[in-house]
Amino acid sequence: MSHGFLSPTGVEITFVLVGLVTLGAAVVSVTTRQLVHAALWLVVALGGLAVEYLLLTAEFIAWVQVLIYVGSVVVLLLFGLMLTRAPIGRSPDADSGNRGVALGVAVAAAVALVWVVVDAFRTTWIDLDGASAGTTEVTGASLFQHWVLPFEALSVLLLAALVGAIVLSRKRNADSGEGGER
Amino acid sequence: MHLAYPVVLSALLFCTGVYGVLARRNAILVLMSVELMLNAVNLNLVAFDAWLSRAAQAAFPHDGLHSGQALTLFTIAIAAAEIGIGLAIVLAVYRNRGTADVDRLRDTAEDRGGSDGTDATARAGVPAPGSGEKAEASA
Amino acid sequence: MTDALDVTLRLLAVLAAFLVLPLVVGQTEHKVMAHMQGRLGPMYAGGFHGWAQLVADGVKFVQKEDVVPAGADRRVFQLAPAVALLPYLLVLLVIPLGPGDAVGQAIDAGVFFALAVMGVGVLGSLMAGWASANKYSLLGGLRTAAQLLSYELPMLLAAASVAMAAGTVSLTGIAGAFQWWWLPWQLVGAVVFFVAGLAELQRPPFDMPVADSEIIFGAYTEYTGLRFAFFLLAEYAGIVVLCGLTTVLFLGGWHGPFGGDDLGWFWTLLKTAVLAFVVIWLRVTYPRLREDQLQKLSWTFLVPLALAQIALTGVVKVVIP
Repeated sequence: MSHGFLSPTGVEITFVLVGLVTLGAAVVSVTTRQLVHAALWLVVALGGLAVEYLLLTAEFIAWVQVLIYVGSVVVLLLFGLMLTRAPIGRSPDADSGNRGVALGVAVAAAVALVWVVVDAFRTTWIDLDGASAGTTEVTGASLFQHWVLPFEALSVLLLAALVGAIVLSRKRNADSGEGGER
Repeated sequence: MHLAYPVVLSALLFCTGVYGVLARRNAILVLMSVELMLNAVNLNLVAFDAWLSRAAQAAFPHDGLHSGQALTLFTIAIAAAEIGIGLAIVLAVYRNRGTADVDRLRDTAEDRGGSDGTDATARAGVPAPGSGEKAEASA
Repeated sequence: MTDALDVTLRLLAVLAAFLVLPLVVGQTEHKVMAHMQGRLGPMYAGGFHGWAQLVADGVKFVQKEDVVPAGADRRVFQLAPAVALLPYLLVLLVIPLGPGDAVGQAIDAGVFFALAVMGVGVLGSLMAGWASANKYSLLGGLRTAAQLLSYELPMLLAAASVAMAAGTVSLTGIAGAFQWWWLPWQLVGAVVFFVAGLAELQRPPFDMPVADSEIIFGAYTEYTGLRFAFFLLAEYAGIVVLCGLTTVLFLGGWHGPFGGDDLGWFWTLLKTAVLAFVVIWLRVTYPRLREDQLQKLSWTFLVPLALAQIALTGVVKVVIP
């Protein structure tokens, strides 16, 4: 198997291109002052990640990513934005005053992480040939043979989250204290 | 594929999320940045699973643990639960304080100067909740 | 033929089906609704019983002025119809027409892919509702999103039940593994899937978020011309996709009493057409459900039924090897 750093395969090229789109969308999402646009750019970033998962032959996870993140999490975020009355156009209070410090911290973290990671994995290649290890069948078999207990614990966690969200978002009745509510 | 590509992308996405968490003021935008960080971690897990499960196959032919993929699925589910609760909290805060601005939620901050009233909303200059038409866009 | 040519031809065939079948369903709806209501429906366009009515409608929509409201968010407003329409095209790619490889693109994670991509269509309505800068649009968009999210769950659970019965998630696999006694076995799941799918499409009696006597047209109020036509096309394409999915999952797809493998495509199309007729029939039969009735139906009726169906499927799969 010949692989050199300067002779990338088609998969690598696609990965880099989609990665650039994903990273660009993520950067726009955290810097734009228009709230709903931030959520929509996040959709692009998450969709780009789903394509990356497909390139890494993790099909099942790619479709779970689309279903849960793009289909539900972003819809919830948009709901939240609309119920807190996000304006059309730029919102004056989208960014706080410590953007400079935040940028410094983020850049420092990026430099440190990328340096460490590239240094550690200089000669490591992923072998993407052969049977896909990310099909539904393989993932299902592994989940229900080796990961049953965490799976069940996860379902209890989701139940707790469901109950918690319902309790938190109920409107207060008149007899449990006004708190300025109608 | 060289392992560097996915892990570098993951590191950069994570740092973008860090910038977002620190720089954004609206609570929901902070939640979005946290989602970016979690996704970066997921990409890392999937990349390492793709590498290790094939490398391991050569050494141990029946190792079907696929920890990276399983942990990714768990992370996705936990992130979904977290965003549900997070948004419920943000909406409850919005109903009570009239704003989703994290810089204005200063109830537990230490008093500066001491002569400010204890009414956080008055200090922040937001009209008291319930006055005027703080209509909720409840559907 | 070479791979690239094969893929291109399949994509073109699916695109042609995507553009033609919804129009056929739409024209059928005009005529069937009319006859059920004791009138004639379109009679003039095209000469013979108004067969070209939807073609005429299409031309009308294309030549209308493209209006974007002054206070609206331009780019999101303009993108929303595409986001609502494209998922149905993608799902049509994976619905198998006949045995073997009579499918646009055989994807391993078939059912899962179809439902995941259909879930993305919610974003289109939400974008339309918010970007229109109109109170009714926003309310309609929020209601649409709430309805679509709630009804995704019974659909997924019912589809999971039949995937469990077949032992595979791939649509071609499920259609291939169908046995006649699955009809009564998965009947509850079929009804849940179909009803939930109707609600996903916002078809009557689940059309509260887009009902003109309630909320003008909900999220799509401010749309005119071609963009409006895309939203309507999305609804009819959704009917085709829903009936196709129900056929493949619960009614045996290309299996039929005679004709073997050659007439598989005919049986699929026939079953899809019958289901589309039922969808149209339901429109003229039942009054609209209120928003709270809608949500109650999903969470307190359909979800437990779907879970019961999964339990039944599991029990039968274990007891009868």
